Amino acid sequence: MKKITGLIGASAIALSVAGVANAGELTIATVNNGHMIEMQKLTGHFEKANPDIKVKWVTLEEGTLRQRVTTDIATKGGQFDVMTIGMYEAPIWGKKGWLHELNFGNDYDVNDILPAMRGGLSADGKLYAAPFYGESSMIMYRKDLTDKAGMSMPDNPTWGHVADVAKAIHNPDNGVYGICLRGKPGWGDNAAFITTMANSFGARWFDENWKPQLTSPEWNHAVSFYVDLLTKYGPPGSTGNSFNEILALFNEGKCGMWIDATIAASFVSDPKQSKVANDVAYAQAPVAVTKRGANWLWAWALAVPQGTKQSEDALKFVEWATSKEYIELVGKTNGWGSVPTGTRASTYANPKFQAAANFADAEMKAIESADPSNSTQEPTPYTGVQFAAIPEFQAIGIAAGQQFTAALAGDKSVTKALYDAQVAADREMRKAGYY
Amino acid sequence: MGYRSAKLIKHNLTVLSAWIFALLFFFPIFWMVLTSFKTELQAISVPPLFIFEPTLENFTLVQERSDYMSYALNSIITSFGATILALIIAIPSAYSMAFFPGRFTKDILLWMLSTKMLPAVGVLMPIYIMADAAGLLDSRTVLVIIFAFMNLPIIMWLLFSYFKEIPKEILEAGRMDGCNTWDELKHIVLPLSWGGITSAGLLSIVLAWNEAFWSINLTAADAGTLTALVASYSSPEGLFWAKLSAVSTLACAPIIVFGWFTQKQLVQGLTFGAVK
Amino acid sequence: MTKTQLIKSLQAPSIILLFLWMIVPLSMTIYFSFMRYNLMYPEREGPAGFSNYEFFLTDPALPDAVINSLILVGSVISISVVLGLLIAILIQKTFRGRGIARVMLISPFFIMPTVNALLWKNMFMNPVYGIFAFISTTFGLPVIDWLSDLPLFSVILMLSWQWTPFAILIFMTSLQSMDQDQVEAAEIEGAGFWAKFRYLTLPHLSRSIAVVIMIQAIFHLSVFAEIFVTTAGGPGYDSTNTTFLIFSQALMQFDAGVASAGGVFAIIIANIVAFFLIKSVAKGMAV
Repeated sequence: MKKITGLIGASAIALSVAGVANAGELTIATVNNGHMIEMQKLTGHFEKANPDIKVKWVTLEEGTLRQRVTTDIATKGGQFDVMTIGMYEAPIWGKKGWLHELNFGNDYDVNDILPAMRGGLSADGKLYAAPFYGESSMIMYRKDLTDKAGMSMPDNPTWGHVADVAKAIHNPDNGVYGICLRGKPGWGDNAAFITTMANSFGARWFDENWKPQLTSPEWNHAVSFYVDLLTKYGPPGSTGNSFNEILALFNEGKCGMWIDATIAASFVSDPKQSKVANDVAYAQAPVAVTKRGANWLWAWALAVPQGTKQSEDALKFVEWATSKEYIELVGKTNGWGSVPTGTRASTYANPKFQAAANFADAEMKAIESADPSNSTQEPTPYTGVQFAAIPEFQAIGIAAGQQFTAALAGDKSVTKALYDAQVAADREMRKAGYY
Repeated sequence: MGYRSAKLIKHNLTVLSAWIFALLFFFPIFWMVLTSFKTELQAISVPPLFIFEPTLENFTLVQERSDYMSYALNSIITSFGATILALIIAIPSAYSMAFFPGRFTKDILLWMLSTKMLPAVGVLMPIYIMADAAGLLDSRTVLVIIFAFMNLPIIMWLLFSYFKEIPKEILEAGRMDGCNTWDELKHIVLPLSWGGITSAGLLSIVLAWNEAFWSINLTAADAGTLTALVASYSSPEGLFWAKLSAVSTLACAPIIVFGWFTQKQLVQGLTFGAVK
Repeated sequence: MTKTQLIKSLQAPSIILLFLWMIVPLSMTIYFSFMRYNLMYPEREGPAGFSNYEFFLTDPALPDAVINSLILVGSVISISVVLGLLIAILIQKTFRGRGIARVMLISPFFIMPTVNALLWKNMFMNPVYGIFAFISTTFGLPVIDWLSDLPLFSVILMLSWQWTPFAILIFMTSLQSMDQDQVEAAEIEGAGFWAKFRYLTLPHLSRSIAVVIMIQAIFHLSVFAEIFVTTAGGPGYDSTNTTFLIFSQALMQFDAGVASAGGVFAIIIANIVAFFLIKSVAKGMAV
């Protein structure tokens, strides 16, 4: 019934503003990551199955895309029929009624989508974006180096142990640094990583009354540990490093250990782009006082904005691109090592995938253990592991990220940096009227 | 003899230092082009690779993934269109301001330049809504208009200053010979400042070519320019230096070639000595 | 007199068009700066009084950002004007391959700002696999971590690389209209390089120099891409300028109200800078 009303509503909108977009032509905005590029290449299969639909792509780099689609959806510009959005936007936009609810038929098997992913992309129990690929964070380390140093890496190490291993394999004279971690300021860069660390040290971004908690002893402990570890055993230039910079270092054989997105596993284990492809092993993200929130959860997902004039075709595309059949198709065309991961239980159950991806188990375990609605030791009013899903978080994350970097560069003490971050966060929350 | 050889040495030193500067300034671009022929792994190799087996895989990949020609065409149309539009508006104005200045001419020029200070981010939303209402989202027209206005103050300033350099005596001599305003503009001002007009035009084209904010935010699948193409290769998850180098090489090659063709024009404004 | 008036009326189109082009966004900016207008909260509307300004002006990063903006503008202008003059004079001489040298010298200006930033950050300044690090280690010198230790200087370096060609281009063009008879006359009278430079070249170029300074000031006050891509304003606020502040404060939250207040502030700063520039250097602009 709901679906029918939705359809009637959508067609009413379509009629009232028809004439601008070409009927049967879908414009899809997406981020320029490898899995999406693959989707672009495979679109022909979708068009063949739906001869009356043509697909056009707008591919942009992450930050630019986010700004582009936000402008469009908030002004109801209707330039895009399908948008690629992250786990940060999905619940916020869903709650505002900017996205179509996703209700697909039985064939789609929505229960096959990993519960953590479904939870993170829903608002008020309704699914607003379908995960295209997802990731958590984990440790990637050089087995050859730990073996040589006589160290072992348990599957669930503590931060203390990670520091010991970093010390043991740190060998800058031979161009190998013990541990590489993100240091470039940004809410999706260093702030994302440090938040998982802080979660595990028992910290949280906000208390139940939305008061920022950055001056808490837990935060101080976590950030001090981070600065100390990276200063002693990290590579030079850490303050400018984020995912790609570290990937380059790791693939060149310069990092002994790296804690970052699970998707990195498919790059570091690829001999075409990594010099150390055969020496990498994986473990779960380290913990301190709690396991909660120690590893992040992220997904790039497809959503249909309310402003589109062709919601029916758009929904058809989303269903196709996030289906089991699509994963099957990628597996057949490009090999099972390059299928989009982190979305469906059936992918991990597939023996062909298990055989092709040596990181499958570690990744699955990491994703399953992440819970966006319960990611800190003490209660919080927000969802999200490495972020808080509120519109203010981007600005707060940037401001705090800059302070973390200042502490890492040695410009400020950790205490002063956290104090400054707290002031910035408090200003934003006050302005937005939380208290 | 001593004087001549000293002069020769001086000349050679000048030429040598000119080449040193040219090489220093060009090296990063050379490096970018070189990187575009490497694999991703070679691109991050330590120490940097100067000699390697070149590959075309980055270029094939770009071609496979995106229709370079349509982006390039959009860039050409929008940047040239905007520049021509801006020049048509600016040449008469600048001429009039340079030779018949009023009390406020200087203030008006300053004010024109200060219009460039409005931060685009603040007006993105209203402009987006207006463009949408006019049905101009994702069209080349909207970019031509915006680029023309964006560059108009700069073109005005440059033309004004080049026109100002023309000695008044030449114009007066022309008037004595019975030139009217149109003849004066056509036969004296324009030829004398041809180099200046070319350089103003070239600057305007380059600035429009490299404009990223509006060209990305107001376009979608149809009117995207080369900056939008570059944005689709910049900073994905994974190694990208080689691919980005390839796409950047493709994106700035047309404009460098164009610069090569115009460089003779740039300095071909008749020298005053010849006129006198 | 009527003819002069006719010619003066030629100014009208550009003035009127630019006025419209400016007044619409400017009035919008001023209007929004006094409104609550956040894209993320379309339901929260209404007048905001001075609260947007208050929020922007009390930002602890603002003093640093203003100082950084001024340092950035000042340094890039000085470097590009001095180098630009020198190089423009050097390539005045006719020599074989001058055309190629010229194109090589102006081509950095053709590179897109984001590409410029990524190129320098990753291929040159990276302390592990960058070319600068390679040069340092080859000569046994300590490796500099550019973006961490000298963040603002690194940004200045990138901008100077891109904008010196702009100065070269303008000066080179302007030098063409120099009276060669005068130069030769001076040479016959035994004037050295400095005398020629001081009494002939510099006065001739004074207007071009003023133009280069003014245009660059406007562009560098609103530098954003280079900072966003390389240092993201850090470490701390070491490389945050006002434009980046407006961005991180407002656009990340899609708060058009605060963004507009920041915009009005940026316009005021620009006009102050322009005022002093006019006072000190733009005498050559004399109309």
